[in-house]
Parts: sequence; structure tokens; C-alpha cells
Amino acid sequence: MKGAEALLKALERHGVDTVFGHPGGAILPVYDALYDSPIKHVLVRHEQAGAHAADAYYRASGRVGVCFATSGPGATNLVTGLATAQMDSSAVVAVTGNVATSLIGTDAFQEADVYGITAPVTKHNYLVKNVDDIPRVVAEAFHIASTGRPGPVLIDLPKDVQQAEFHGSFDVEIDLPGYRPTLTGHAKQVRKAAEAVRAARRPVMMVGGGGQVASEEVMAFARKKGIPVITTLMGIGAYPAGERQALRMPGMHGTVTANRAITHCDLILGAGLRFDDRVTGKISRFAPNATVVHVDIDPAEISKLVKAHVPVVGDLREVLPRLADALDRLEIDDWWEQLEEWKGMYPERYKTTQPLVSQEVIQLLHQATGGECVVTTEVGQHQMFAARLFPTKRPRTFITSGGLGTMGFGLPAAIGAAFARPGEQVVLIAGDGSVQMNIQELATLYKHQLPVVVAILNNGVLGMVRQWQEMFSAKRYSEIYLADSNPDFAKLAEAYGLDGYNVFDRETAAEVVPRALAKGKPAVINFFVYEAEKVFPMIPAGAGVDEMIVGDQEPDDAPAPDPSEVPA
Amino acid sequence: MSAARHVMSVTVRDRPGVLVRIAGLFARRGFNIESLSVAQSEEPGVSRTTFVVNGEDSVLEQVQKQLQKLIDVIKVIDHSQAKFVDRELMLIKVAVRTPEDRVEIRQIAQDFRARIVDVARHALVFEVTGDEGKMNAFIAQMRDFGIVELIRTGRVALPRSESDPERLPSVRSRAA
Repeated sequence: MKGAEALLKALERHGVDTVFGHPGGAILPVYDALYDSPIKHVLVRHEQAGAHAADAYYRASGRVGVCFATSGPGATNLVTGLATAQMDSSAVVAVTGNVATSLIGTDAFQEADVYGITAPVTKHNYLVKNVDDIPRVVAEAFHIASTGRPGPVLIDLPKDVQQAEFHGSFDVEIDLPGYRPTLTGHAKQVRKAAEAVRAARRPVMMVGGGGQVASEEVMAFARKKGIPVITTLMGIGAYPAGERQALRMPGMHGTVTANRAITHCDLILGAGLRFDDRVTGKISRFAPNATVVHVDIDPAEISKLVKAHVPVVGDLREVLPRLADALDRLEIDDWWEQLEEWKGMYPERYKTTQPLVSQEVIQLLHQATGGECVVTTEVGQHQMFAARLFPTKRPRTFITSGGLGTMGFGLPAAIGAAFARPGEQVVLIAGDGSVQMNIQELATLYKHQLPVVVAILNNGVLGMVRQWQEMFSAKRYSEIYLADSNPDFAKLAEAYGLDGYNVFDRETAAEVVPRALAKGKPAVINFFVYEAEKVFPMIPAGAGVDEMIVGDQEPDDAPAPDPSEVPA
Repeated sequence: MSAARHVMSVTVRDRPGVLVRIAGLFARRGFNIESLSVAQSEEPGVSRTTFVVNGEDSVLEQVQKQLQKLIDVIKVIDHSQAKFVDRELMLIKVAVRTPEDRVEIRQIAQDFRARIVDVARHALVFEVTGDEGKMNAFIAQMRDFGIVELIRTGRVALPRSESDPERLPSVRSRAA
């Protein structure tokens, strides 16, 4: 057996049945071995798409996503995908070929220092020099990627190592003395957390991406204790947005209720989140009256940005049930009354103009699917609209690039999600800007006839950039105009063999959406939408959560937080 | 928040690239390393590194946590939290212009217990070990004569000894 076969066998032993990748010279031995392997390989048309697909495969299923790429340009193309996975804590194992060990360091053809380049964007990485190490390295890679705070791991495999005769064993022991994630919350800290929550009169629970793996525990805790729940962009689906207790998304484009709750609350129970700057706004104005209880599996996230008064390092699945046991149902009726009032004052709203607006298209998709599908998004205005108007009900079903904000993520992510959850409808909500960043994946979509509907909210501009330029650069619109050179997306879809629709008005939209979904096959729907629509509410970058702009430049009329005035 | 110098010991697995990871982490997160030394520890396959880092306590807490996150990092100790001993080694080449200078330099060196490791017609190389204050004082003295070049290892540090004999490591029989 050669190293390449040993690699595939080791992957099989970790339950891998699907790999996303693109071959090339330095990884030829692996692709040769793949020819006889039961592992299914999905040929993407760009390595970046392979990494995103593997990332979304994990996010949608909880099973580690795997991607392959060749050396040099193949591997450097993975970098954006790895960084995306790293920022959003997604378990990915990437395998790259490299030039033979004798050539490493000589600037050989298609050589790049992949080990060095990927170290900052992975949880860990390996350069394998001894063929017999392959099973151990694969075992460690899967262990590191999927435990603790998940993240991507890269294995760089020189060509001669792939070709060398393998004499090792597959029964390997993981030897990682420096890696012992803390899963069990410290008893004293859990007790302190319970005391703090018990003492609070205006508490909120804030759930982030960590909630995707602990959705049951989050729901059980919230329902039993009656605590209001805010879910960040990464936490969408961890707690159903339709529930009475849901205050939904916080931060830059969050709901008024969620952001007001943050400003006025006296306790934040943070669960599996990292208080990203898009969530906190200006730190000094974030939750000025709150005791912060922060439960996270990664100790480095605690007190990194927002000071935690009660840190609890551990797995939410372990900590939340214990915290629940230590607490009675919270008596916070006055607080709820206030929150309900805000909710009533600020429902989701938008003006329907002619032409179509993005928001109504998203609502149409939401209605047509009943929210029972997997949503992936690109990055920009449409992403925020989707987060607000297409919140999915179940965990692992709203897949978006939160931390890195990677345009080009959505289409390959839709492919990865479709492989992870066969038989389920996938809807990609995209903009005309970002969808073009990995548009070549329409070929992969066609080849595998995946049930993905690509909804392009085509406003002819880079909408989010346009919004910032309108609001903060005195309408000096710089390099945002796409409409004069966009392709005809329906024709483009047809060129790839897919169904393509151009939709100009709401009557056609209402007719096409259910029709395209009913077919259960891939389709591209190109919705021409209003160019100047903006995402509101909005907290300008660097401003405080309480400085939210609710409507078109209309300031939030809420008074500045004063602990003596808010309901106690 | 107080900005202070922290001496940190980090034990790492002897893996290729581990120093690059640590250096990269410091650079990426904007932490400033004042000095850094690395060498084999008592355990095969494990190296001990000593860092001197300057920064606010909150920043140092992040340094420590981020280092601990690296898979090849086994243990991080911030010595400012407990008693420790530290030393530094310096090689310093001092210009010798006159026979009088030579006598005087040697006299000062003797006071500092600096050893002469190389003798030339117009220069002397000294080896000095000790704490940072001693290094700086010796350098200050030698400036009057002219320092040709010098190199310092940066601090190396260990926690002070355990008083509990139970916690001492087992040893191979010394009878043989």
C-alpha cells in the first residue's frame, strides 16, 4: 500500500464518505488511489469552493468536512476557505499535495510554503514527511478539528510521501499533550453564574455559533427559565426565531428589541459566542449596566473584548443543564412587559416600492418553503435581510460567513449543505456581486443535480458598499456599479444547463418561486430589485448599540440608559 | 491596567515550525517580544522557551491564552505570578586602546565576575552572566572604552524550587 492509499483508508476510518476537491500534479497519487476508493469525490471548479463546501458540509451536518487541493496555487486558493472556517469555528480537514520533499524549499514548479501560509488561518496544520505517520496525523487532525472549539486543520502531503510504501499501522494513539479542551464547567463558576442570573431583574441570554451544537440545551434552558433569548448571526436556528422568547439578532443590523435589551439589561448570559465587534458596537457603550456571565469552550474568548464578571469555560451541552438545575424559573414579568412593548413598536417592516425590494423576495422564499429548508447566503445586504426575514427554525440550517464575511461563500456552501443533508431543499440567498465570486460552481450544481435554488437579489450594485457610501461618504459612489456589465443570469444558468428565470415584478416572483422550488432541481432565479434599498436598523461602525439608526437616518428615540428609569 | 514586563516560560513540543507559530501569534495579535530564548528542556522532545513580554495585564492574559491554544504548546507559566530565578548570558567585545585601558577594563571585569573568553591586541571578549541589572551596569561601564559588539541571550527563567520532596522527579539509581 502506498501513502496515498493509506490516506484514503485513514479518512474512511474516520467515517469520511464525501470529499470536495480539485486535482493537480502534486496530489496525483491521491487522485489515482481515489479511482478505486469508495469515497465520493465532488469535483469543484475552484479550490476555494472546495473549502467552502467542506465548511458548509460540517455546519449543516456536524460531520467533519474534507477537501483536497494540489500544491502551490491549488493550496493558496484554499486559504480564504480555511480562514472562513477558522473564524466561524467550522471543522474542516484539508489535504494538500506538495512537491516532493527533495524539492521543498527550491522554488519548484507549483511550490508554495503552504505550511507557513496556512498556520495563521488554521487551528493546526501538518507537513507530513514520513509515510508511516499518515494514520496518526489524520487521527489527530480529525480530533483537533472536531473537538473543543472546532476549526480547520490542514495536512500537507509531499508527493513522494504519497508514493512511498506504507508500513505503518492504522491503530494509532493520539498523542497531544498540549491539547486538552476544558469541557466541564468549574463547579464554583457554575454556582456563581447561577447566583448572578438569579439576582438579575432584566437578564438576557445571548447565543452564538456555539449554540448550533447545543440547540437542545439552549432551548431547554431558555424555556424552563423564561429568559429572553438573543441569537447572533451565527446562532440563528439554535433557538427558533418564532418563539415568544426570541428577541432575535443583535448588533449592527440587529432588531431594535435585541439592541435595546442589551442596553437596558442588568445581566447577559453569553453562551457560545465571542462578542464580535459587529455585535458589540463600541465596547464602552455595550450593555453598560450588565453583569456578564460568559460561557464558552474557548478560554481565550472570555474577557477578550467584553469583560466577563463570571467566566465559565466549558461545553454548553454540559454547562447549561447544570446551570438550569441550579435555578428556578425567573420572575421577570416587568422586564418581559417592557420587551413586548418594544417588540410591538418595532416589527420587521419595509416599504414595497416598484420595482421589487429584496425583503419581499426573501419573505416569499420563506413562505414558499415554510422556513423548512437549509439557507445559505453570500455576504452583504441580502445576508442581513436573510438573517432578519428568513430565520430558520432548526440548528445547522442557516449557513453564512459571519466572522470573515466572505463573498463567494454562499454558492459552494449551498453545494456542501446539499451533500450533507440529502433530500432537503437548499435556498441560496445571494447578491449579484458576491454570487459572481464563485459562479463557476453552477457547473458542480448541474453535475450533481442538487436541490438548490439560487435566488439572486440583483440590485445592480454592491449594495452594502453603496449603503455605506451613501450614508458615510456623502453619496460618493465609488466602484459599486455592476448593472452595466452584469451577465444575463438566467441565460448564464441555461448555459450551465440549469433552469434560469429573470423576474422583474412581484406577480412573476410569486409565481416563479413555488414553481422553481417544486421541481426539486437546481435553478437560478434572478430578481431585479430596487437599487437604493438600505438595511435598517443600523448601528454605524464604531458607534454604540444605543446609537442605532432605526429607519432612513431616523435616530432611535429611546432615551439613553439610566438604571433608575428602566423597569426594575 | 498597569503596563509591566512579564517573564513567561512556555514549554513546547519539539516540532518543526513551532517557533514560527509562536512568533506569528505574537506578530498577528500585536504583542511585543522583548527577548526570547529557546532550548531543549529536561524532557526529550520538549523545549523550554523564556519570553520577556511588555504589556498591560489584560494583554498579557490574552498572550497566555492564545499561546495555550497552540496545539504544540504544552504549558505556559507567567513567572510574575510566583517567585522565580532568572539569568542572562552576554558576550561583549570591548575595544582596548592603551595598556592602561587594558588594566582598567580587566579590573572592572573582575568586579563583575566577567570571564575573559578571547584576547586580542585591540579587544577583549567577556562572558557575563547574571540578571539584567548586572548586564546593564557592565555595559554602562564598558561604554567609556568602546563596545565593538555585544550579544545577549535574553532572559532564561525557572520557578523557584519546590520545598516538598514528594514532588521531586524520580531518578535513575545513582549507585552504578
